[in-house]
Amino acid sequence: MEIKEIEKLAKLARIDLTEIEKQTYLKEIGAILNYVDQIKEVVAKTGEERKVGDLHNVMRGDEIKKQSGENTEILVNEFPDKKGNYLKVKKIL
Amino acid sequence: MIDLKDLTIKKAHEALITGGYSCVELAQAYLDNIKEKDGNVHAYLEVFADIIKQAKEADRRIREKDNVTLMTGIPMAVKDNILIKGRIASSASKSLENYHATYDATVIKKLKEAGAVFLGRTNMDEFAMGGSTENSAFGVTHNPHDLERVAGGTSGGSAAAVAGDMALVALGSDTGGSIRQPSSFCGVIGFKPSYGIVSRYGLMAAASSFDQIGAIGKNIDDIQIIFDFIKGVDLLDSTSRENKQINTKNSKIKIGIPKGFVTGDGIDKDVLKNFTESVEKLKKLNYEVMEINLTNLRYSLATYYTLIFAEEASNLARYDGMRYGLHVDGDNSIDDYFKTKATGFGPEVKRRIILGTYILSSGYYDAYYNKANIVRDLIREDYQKAFEKVDIIITPTTPGPAFKIGEKITDPLQLYLEDIFTVPANLAGLPALSIPSGFKEVDGKKLPLGLQLFANNGKEETIFALVKDFENK
Repeated sequence: MEIKEIEKLAKLARIDLTEIEKQTYLKEIGAILNYVDQIKEVVAKTGEERKVGDLHNVMRGDEIKKQSGENTEILVNEFPDKKGNYLKVKKIL
Repeated sequence: MIDLKDLTIKKAHEALITGGYSCVELAQAYLDNIKEKDGNVHAYLEVFADIIKQAKEADRRIREKDNVTLMTGIPMAVKDNILIKGRIASSASKSLENYHATYDATVIKKLKEAGAVFLGRTNMDEFAMGGSTENSAFGVTHNPHDLERVAGGTSGGSAAAVAGDMALVALGSDTGGSIRQPSSFCGVIGFKPSYGIVSRYGLMAAASSFDQIGAIGKNIDDIQIIFDFIKGVDLLDSTSRENKQINTKNSKIKIGIPKGFVTGDGIDKDVLKNFTESVEKLKKLNYEVMEINLTNLRYSLATYYTLIFAEEASNLARYDGMRYGLHVDGDNSIDDYFKTKATGFGPEVKRRIILGTYILSSGYYDAYYNKANIVRDLIREDYQKAFEKVDIIITPTTPGPAFKIGEKITDPLQLYLEDIFTVPANLAGLPALSIPSGFKEVDGKKLPLGLQLFANNGKEETIFALVKDFENK
């Protein structure tokens, strides 16, 4: 793995990394990926239908169950920046 | 003076309803202990300011016989990643340092209805990533048995609180051993239910197909009581389900040990000795103990980490500082994300996000993520086959006792390898519990060791039955 790869991943993940962080992670991540590479040893057919135990899709009707405005105040209070009840963000060019 | 050391939920309940002492007195006893010990242990990130108010309400309920349950007035601690409406929940991260939960987790709603008293939120590894609580953005939690050692993680605060008599019981969360390992290090019982039996609504997600909320306590009855209160299907968690397993076995429980797994490599010799002693004890209680074959078990750590990096990276995308939490200004809207995350997340979190992004990126997705899912299924099948022969599988909980603070944190891979015994339960969705099984003496300090029990999906009652038998003898 190279520094460029770490930089590309950081960009994908939207995280700024310092130069020191990039170097440290390069070393550590290399070692960790080496370890998890073991799973390549397992001989198994891909493309088979996978079981996920008891999990299955859970559906419900598309109905609104809450009163309008019930949670507005408590949610708006957590906004980093607001104008009235609107979440304020920088413009997206 | 209330004896907190040997207190149980049932004993406390009896005293509270017969007037032995009040909920306020009981809460105060824990507050006194917290004041005395937590300066050194640092189990709590916040001790709630309204504890006495909560306790007074519990006293009122008892006095007026208004929906009194076993949990009414019982002082408990809650891990910092479980939401209690209106209170700060930070997942021990700077990114949520001042975030106030906007709703109750389902488990909290249930415990509130039951009248439990919440003492405070406990320390943990940031976003439940780690194995020692050294990854907390707000300082490490020290092991009450030896303050120079870790309490374990990621539910280190919860385990230390119970071990130090700073809470009677606690809630934790377990993704790969995060309840069981700190419980083992701190000499208390830690229980992770089968996947889906306890709702994850209101638990900040780490790895969604692995996480479960569970209980930490000092005796098996308390664990079972908490479990009974918090379990149940929840429409707000589509992965939750009713426990369809009905009766426990009537015939004697059979116990299995994974062949070739509990051996000398990388495992402390005193842990092995202690494990052998536990096996002997079980045999003396007339349990049949046999070896079982789990062919793909040796891939469990690699499979586990591949999948959780991917799931954790996905789950943490939401902490972008837009709608809540820490917001750091960048040059433009997208730069806000880069700066916010750089500031808000600690090193382990960043490391896992980078790893998860790699694993899910095109070109690697198939070799890592898809492959790991296939191996996970194989491991699940191995356990299904094993549970046709045995009812309980045992291993030590950890390869060694609590390590010293700072000893492993500089080598992430070393820390990951500590999880070797616990991750299979989360891979296969099995219920698993760690009970204290003895001590290793190091430098004049007795460091707790733990025995881990797994049962098949939905069969937690079998674990409880065995522990009750084992504990009493």
